[in-house]
Amino acid sequence: MELQIPYEVTARRDTGVNNAKLGIWLFLASEVMLFGGLFAAYVFLRMGADAWPGMMIPDTTEMALRADQVLSVPLATLNTMILIASSVTMVMSWASLKLNDFKKYKLYMGLTILLAFGFLIVKTFEYGSKFGHHLYPETNMFLAVYFVLTGLHAIHVTGGIIVNAYFWGPGAKMWTRGNERDKAHFTNRIEVAGLYWHFVDLVWIFLFPTIYLL
Amino acid sequence: MAEHMTEEEIRKHVKVYVMVFGALAVLTVVTVAVSWLDMPMLPALIVALLIAVVKGTLVALYFMHLVSEKQVIMWVLAATVVFLISMFILFIGALADQEQVAISGSFLSYVA
Repeated sequence: MELQIPYEVTARRDTGVNNAKLGIWLFLASEVMLFGGLFAAYVFLRMGADAWPGMMIPDTTEMALRADQVLSVPLATLNTMILIASSVTMVMSWASLKLNDFKKYKLYMGLTILLAFGFLIVKTFEYGSKFGHHLYPETNMFLAVYFVLTGLHAIHVTGGIIVNAYFWGPGAKMWTRGNERDKAHFTNRIEVAGLYWHFVDLVWIFLFPTIYLL
Repeated sequence: MAEHMTEEEIRKHVKVYVMVFGALAVLTVVTVAVSWLDMPMLPALIVALLIAVVKGTLVALYFMHLVSEKQVIMWVLAATVVFLISMFILFIGALADQEQVAISGSFLSYVA
């Protein structure tokens, strides 16, 4: 006998939402605390530091007075645009399913995955440039903060790619081979995956100015 | 919220998503442009965080559908904000405490 998980599509009477949605919001609440703790540590370390970033500008003998003298703002701006665009394509993929247009869903979800790969490729160039100048997390406090926060964020992007790629490929069978209930279930899954993806975008929106521009 | 939306409502939402995308792109450019003004730290921090909060609010309200989300989700978020602010207060309190120790330490060595 097949076990039926309750309230995966329909809303619970007490909460007013389906279990998946409440579950993802609780997970995102824990994620807020994870990134919040690291942000708080960053504020703590920065306020206690004598100088920030407190290192030489690469290839010069000058002391850096701002983070943007050490980090690449054009690459980070490009990545911000990429993530914002991927948030739009993600929400469009969900809207396409709501409009019963599976082809457009595949297109938008595919674009979301490609944009996420684009983000990681740009990040690889950024990290590569730092490693090329022998700048590592252990070099100083500023770089430790930079690598930990952006690295953790990049791990979240990678997690999003894995989930979204599953829903673009094998997971999409739930829609193509399923009945109306399965289709509603699949649409909910995309909404939940989207909530995670938008959160990843949200974290970057705060990381970008605080790490790169100040 | 999304469970009972009509096709027309979804199409209206799609238009909103495109407008929000435009606003986010413009605000990103503004964030970078403001950083070129070379303002002192405190005003620069306030402006950068204000723009980030506006961008984050747009993402949360429209892409994450908080604009029409159920009360239970709002309560989860409210509890999260309370815990987050408490954690920041703990960190900043620890820093203030550390600085006070440093100040009183230097005072004691001065007196001695």
